[in-house]
Amino acid sequence: MTTAPQPTTPAQGDGDFTSTGPLLEVKDLHVEFHTKQGVAQAINGLNFTLEAGETLAILGESGSGKSVTAQTIMGILDMPPGHIAGGEIRYRGQDLLAMKPEQRRRLRGVNISMIFQDALSSLNPVLPVGWQIAEMFRVHQKMRRRPARQRAIELMKRVGIPAAEQRVGDYAHQFSGGMRQRIMIAMAIALDPDVLIADEPTTALDVTVQAQVMRLLKELQTENNMGLILITHDLGVVADVADKIAVMYAGRVMEAADVYEIYARPGHPYTKGLLESLPRIDAAGERLNAIPGLPPSLTDMPSGCPFSPRCPYATDLCRNEMPELLPIVGEHTSACHYREEMHRGHLQTPEEAQA
Amino acid sequence: MTELARSRSAAPAGGPAPSPTTQGRPQEDASLWMDTWRSLRKNPWFLVSAVLLLVLITVALFPQLFATHDPRECFLGRSRQEPSAEHWFGTDIQGCDYYTRVIYGAANSMAVGVIVTGSILVLGSLLGLMAAYFGGWVDAVLMRLTDLIFAIPYMLGALVFLAVQENRNVWDVAFILIVFTWPTMARLMRGSVLAVINNDYVTAARALGAGPLTIMRRHIIPNSLGPVVGYAAVYTGVIIGAEATLTFLGVGLQLPAISWGLQLNDAQSYLQQMPHLLTFPLIFVALTVFAFTTMGEALRDALDPKSKKR
Repeated sequence: MTTAPQPTTPAQGDGDFTSTGPLLEVKDLHVEFHTKQGVAQAINGLNFTLEAGETLAILGESGSGKSVTAQTIMGILDMPPGHIAGGEIRYRGQDLLAMKPEQRRRLRGVNISMIFQDALSSLNPVLPVGWQIAEMFRVHQKMRRRPARQRAIELMKRVGIPAAEQRVGDYAHQFSGGMRQRIMIAMAIALDPDVLIADEPTTALDVTVQAQVMRLLKELQTENNMGLILITHDLGVVADVADKIAVMYAGRVMEAADVYEIYARPGHPYTKGLLESLPRIDAAGERLNAIPGLPPSLTDMPSGCPFSPRCPYATDLCRNEMPELLPIVGEHTSACHYREEMHRGHLQTPEEAQA
Repeated sequence: MTELARSRSAAPAGGPAPSPTTQGRPQEDASLWMDTWRSLRKNPWFLVSAVLLLVLITVALFPQLFATHDPRECFLGRSRQEPSAEHWFGTDIQGCDYYTRVIYGAANSMAVGVIVTGSILVLGSLLGLMAAYFGGWVDAVLMRLTDLIFAIPYMLGALVFLAVQENRNVWDVAFILIVFTWPTMARLMRGSVLAVINNDYVTAARALGAGPLTIMRRHIIPNSLGPVVGYAAVYTGVIIGAEATLTFLGVGLQLPAISWGLQLNDAQSYLQQMPHLLTFPLIFVALTVFAFTTMGEALRDALDPKSKKR
């Protein structure tokens, strides 16, 4: 396999991947950071699955473990201080965490690829961008300089860079923010990966460019039948793009559901709080409904449900016992003791119940 | 071609955003090195030192262009003459034309400077890179080794080791200086790599499947070499001074080699009667050191992205 890449082959790296089970499956993942202040539990039993052609949005505020999840799947977590305390990450049935580092490295960029938040700092300032895209073909497919450059130009055109032939020799700082992110995307999809992880791909961009970049990602995903994991804290971004949403809080999935379902009938108070905190055009002039309080410190988790200190509906049960992520209806799962009531919209705060 | 390339390569997704940087701008090379070159060209100190270095290097490589006499053609009859129209720098004790001797002395001094700096640049960068990239015990061992060598002032070290050696040529002097000076470069490179290694583009390269060698070659080295290169130029001047000093002290190069250090050594006994024997080689040593140091400073300024006025 030297010149023509075969986009249809599932695995271009080594190792045979039997297509059993989902494309990517994360099972009971635990990640810790050993710091001077103690052990920070960044991820506490994370579960999700991703199928080919599906977009999973992982939603959560800062420190909820979104980016650590991405880094752990990619295998670029800094260890130490990071430490994978347990769980499995299965790519086409094979546990990534049990693989040898070299075998894993060959999957990166080829089978599983990633886009970063800040494209300017993610591109090497001393190499032309075309060169950096071409490098993907040269490193992974041992392609020669000239054909690799040709492929880079094609990719630049595909991601919507005008005058790609002239700009292939330009440097990252000569491009605008949106263009840089397109180049980053071109690098990430160069080898037709099955799984693409986008870690806040549009956070550093302004709103109009955000929409363009998201549309591009969506198009590329449909074309290549990629599984896309979209990590974001922006509910607005995910609404048009995602198929499934997993809401993370304190290193756990709090609620996971189909995108329409979750917006219409949230099954967890945290999700409800997030949705209510969105600025609305029909409520102009009113104060935003922020969720009171702060996320818990990862070194000092509250007992019971991690959201209980901030939850208006919290009861003694919540404060003492961690609810499991269980289904409400179909694929809609929630980690709340009162998931049923929440989902039906009947849940009352303890004060309301007394009154 | 592939699915990717075939599919609507003409119709970009999402509509291309306007890119103000492309249109109407002459294709200006914007690589780090071209940028450095542009900022260097505007620096008068760089121009002065570059011209000076060019002349001095030509002198070292082709002394016959500058001096018509044979430096070893000496007549005792014209010993110790003052500078004159015929002998610009006068003559030395052996009656050799002093101008010719000084011109021919450039080669050895420069050779030591270039050999030592070149070697420590390669060796020090490599070890510094390894220390920073691998960290852990590799870093610990290498850094304790540099500490060990740092504990001995390089002049003292060179003095001791060269004194026990009976015959010393350019390579011997260079070797000892390399042994005692590489830690400076290694430390500098290590710091420079540590500053680069946590950049997002290194993480991104890792995420896209680049191996350690690719990451070092493509991402870390080009981005961390700047300060090291600048310092290496400064260091060449320092080494040339060190060679002259060592030779002057009698532990560097030996006769019949021709070098500025040896000339200074000869001149010290006749300082009062014939100050010109000291003055001329000293001027050349000073000029060379000045040229390299100034060049190094200019390079360091230009390569430092923080001081860059884009």
